[in-house]
Amino acid sequence: MTMTANATDFYHSERRRRAIHGWLLLTPTLVMLTAFAFYPSIATVWTSLFSRGTRRNPSEFVGLENYARLFEDPTFREVALNNILYAAVTIPISIAIALVMALWANSKIPARGFVRSAYFTPTVLPMIAAANLWLFFYTPGFGVLDQILSLFGAPSVNWLGQPGTALWAVCAVTVWKESGFFMIFYLAALQTIPEDLREAAEIEGASRWTYTRRVVLPLLMPTTLFVLVNALINSVKLIDHLFILTKGGPSNSTKLILYYIWESAFAFFDAPAAAAMTVIVLIVLGAVAALQFRLLDRRIHYQ
Amino acid sequence: MLRYTTAAAMLAATTAIVNPAQAETELTMYYPIAVGGPLTAVVDGIVAEFEEQNPDISVEAIYAGNYDDTRIKALAALNSGDPAQLAVMFSIDAYDLIEQDLILPFDEVVTSDEEKAWLDSFYPALMANGTIEGQTWGVPFQRSTIVAYYNKDMFREAGLDPENPPKTWDELVETGKALTNDDHYGLMIPSTGYPYWMFQALAIQNGKELMSDDGLTTKFDDEKVVETLDFWKSLSTEHGVMPEGTVEWGTLRQAFLEGETAMMWHSTGNLTAVKNNAEFDFGVAMLPGNERLGSPTGGGNFYIFKDASEEERKAALELIKFMTSPEQAAKWSIATGYMGVSPAAYETEALKAYTAEFPPALVARDQLEHAVAEFSTFETARVREGLNNAIQATLTGEKSAEEALGEAQQSADRLLSNYR
Amino acid sequence: MSALARHAEAALALLVAMVWISPLMFAGWAAFHAPTDAINFNLAAPWTLENFRTAWDGAPWLRYFLNTFLLVTSVLAGQFFLCTLAGFAFAQVEIPGKDVIFVLVLLQLFILPEVLIVENYAVAAQLGLLDSILGIGAPYMASAFGIFLMRQTFKSVPKELDEAARVEGCSTLGVLWRVYVPAARSTYLAYALVSIATHWNNFLWPLIVTNSDTTRPLTVGLSIFAAPENGVDISVISAATIMVIAPLLILFLVFQRQFVQAFLRAGIK
Repeated sequence: MTMTANATDFYHSERRRRAIHGWLLLTPTLVMLTAFAFYPSIATVWTSLFSRGTRRNPSEFVGLENYARLFEDPTFREVALNNILYAAVTIPISIAIALVMALWANSKIPARGFVRSAYFTPTVLPMIAAANLWLFFYTPGFGVLDQILSLFGAPSVNWLGQPGTALWAVCAVTVWKESGFFMIFYLAALQTIPEDLREAAEIEGASRWTYTRRVVLPLLMPTTLFVLVNALINSVKLIDHLFILTKGGPSNSTKLILYYIWESAFAFFDAPAAAAMTVIVLIVLGAVAALQFRLLDRRIHYQ
Repeated sequence: MLRYTTAAAMLAATTAIVNPAQAETELTMYYPIAVGGPLTAVVDGIVAEFEEQNPDISVEAIYAGNYDDTRIKALAALNSGDPAQLAVMFSIDAYDLIEQDLILPFDEVVTSDEEKAWLDSFYPALMANGTIEGQTWGVPFQRSTIVAYYNKDMFREAGLDPENPPKTWDELVETGKALTNDDHYGLMIPSTGYPYWMFQALAIQNGKELMSDDGLTTKFDDEKVVETLDFWKSLSTEHGVMPEGTVEWGTLRQAFLEGETAMMWHSTGNLTAVKNNAEFDFGVAMLPGNERLGSPTGGGNFYIFKDASEEERKAALELIKFMTSPEQAAKWSIATGYMGVSPAAYETEALKAYTAEFPPALVARDQLEHAVAEFSTFETARVREGLNNAIQATLTGEKSAEEALGEAQQSADRLLSNYR
Repeated sequence: MSALARHAEAALALLVAMVWISPLMFAGWAAFHAPTDAINFNLAAPWTLENFRTAWDGAPWLRYFLNTFLLVTSVLAGQFFLCTLAGFAFAQVEIPGKDVIFVLVLLQLFILPEVLIVENYAVAAQLGLLDSILGIGAPYMASAFGIFLMRQTFKSVPKELDEAARVEGCSTLGVLWRVYVPAARSTYLAYALVSIATHWNNFLWPLIVTNSDTTRPLTVGLSIFAAPENGVDISVISAATIMVIAPLLILFLVFQRQFVQAFLRAGIK
């Protein structure tokens, strides 16, 4: 009897000890996350409910007025649309290019090492440095792009100076930057596909295209999901090049939401407006997160 | 932060005890720069010279990028409790800085007659942006007007008189047409970066100011102003002397030096860089006029922040006096192309010799007599952004001048209504 | 598949590769030539180091390099520390309510520090972290991605090793240090490479949080160097850009194989 009681006691105290250890292990992380993720998120919501204070009008509680004002603000509408277009263009294109690059980098082509490095290079370049290089590609007249086009007799194009082309020019830089990064994930996944699958397919007389479509692509689905989420997040966060290339112009045609948040908060000193926009972005990202968790859940279960 | 302050106070106290004779005043100054790179060295040199003459004052001069960057950084430093006693910022930031209760009028720091005389020694046109509600908030440092740079070789090729650049809008169009061919355009007026500035020049020339003197009203939808923007657009769409779309501010100098355009409008702050790099014969002229001649002034003023202690204010004033003194102003003007800020600067041996050898350096000064204050209102950053967008939307053909300027006027009214 | 199609495909792959590195090639070309020669692709033009000299004199690059180095190492150290502890707790320690907390942590994957700039700035100001290297790095240290990664890796460590170590008298931390950390070496390498690349290149938050040369990392220094009021000199900026990217570029070209391999073994599929 006593022995069992002791054993149970031991079991309980051991459990408690482990739980305490566990909490101790988690504490530093939770402190940092609270300081730089949870608390700021809540503070953002709070700030967005107050008016902006100036010398004449001190800050006061205004409820949802900042949001109402935001939806009346034509610039915000334009910026939101820009961002949606930016996401809709850069995500599928960079994923598609990444996939093709990975297939190439994984196949037996000449100079494979060089090709692989070349695709991968933009990944390690700071966006801000890359933007400097691209600026001179896009400059009308003596820019590299215009010089190449003029070889074919095409007229000079003011890539960054026209609303019709500026956002596309910005998208191109993003795709260039992102696809090499995503390629790595596909490449890693491709290398886990056993050779025999391909051999078997060849024996069955399947063409390479059929093999790719029927065997490889389905096996890459989890990778695609992972990459997709990354790309979605990047479509909000990847705005560094705007600071060099366009500063959101001409006439707001390349202004993306995070840039506008930055501008509102740090150039116009309107923290409440910036906070209201941040809340909207957080809600959108939260929806993406919910979706991702459902997908992740499934993966974790079969692991 | 509390910790920081305490530590700093203790540190200061200890130094005072250990070394009572050298009670140093430390100043932190944020400043933007015109043409990048080597000019930070020029500022550092001026500061070093100042420190040598004033051993009890030490200055940390922080280069913070362009004007917008500098304002953002200086104010961020103030907000976070980092020291900053003075800064060179846009002359047109004055309204916002006053509204945020950040700067001090010079009238409160300037006491002696000698100092008052110093405050009166600048060109009045350069004081316009810094004088608000009867007080002086900003002292001119790197100041400019817009001037027309032109490629004399191209004038000769086109059979034009290289000593006779266009003086009216009609001549501008005519000359522009003569200078435009397959290889280059006749004229480029930049429309990114500071489109409102170029636009203001055109509007003044067309006989209309963009804003009221009290910074509370804008006149974007005035008939004359709309007409001005239509004229700017017609330079590319109707007359074909300028490229369509926007013209990039940052790469324009390079474009001019590469012979992409025969004429460019740009800040006089570019003068030295053009002089050093042009491989052709170039000239500098005042901007042409329509109803009158005119250019807004531009560039940066010194401001003193309110948070500075009595002692720091004095030290900051000393530094500003030194940096705007005729000798230093002359040195700065020669290094950059910015104007000597006072008539006395042009009387110095250095600048006299320089302008005798290189007369274009006098154009900006001569134009001062036609210059007006740069566009500035309350909420200036946002109002300006609205105007910039209207200009770009029109130039790129997205909207008509009337529509775009009408919208800009509406949003400016909305922003300014809080201040009326 | 016909040989022709195969060749065409290889040619296309090569062409894309050329396009992909063309900005870098152009920068390399421009950095060593005078601007006019660079723009006109004057092949006969003399090569010069003048641009590098001008760029080098134009900003305190050594200081920027040092700042970036300090930033990257401090972030990495913080991430290793926090993510190891938390990943271990989530993987191998029984804690009530663990799943809920894990979801909370994963939320950080989406509450990006970049999006929270306004309030993070306020937090950094309250903590006295503005204009400090720690201030740039702190919001990134508790990385949900890193925690998730470490948790997955630790989960795959055989339970027997853990028990054997405990029988030998190891404490919880001792087991973590002796058994789990060594077993996760390749994950650490992969994560380090990703983290270094990310923070070497990070721009927006460092731009906001730094005020002076003593803290500015390379990216912010470069953006300020390249943004003077009145225009840019293509060759000098190319030279500065090359200087900034060279160390990381070389590092990654050398470690390229390890990078991909590390990803593979880390099981990020």
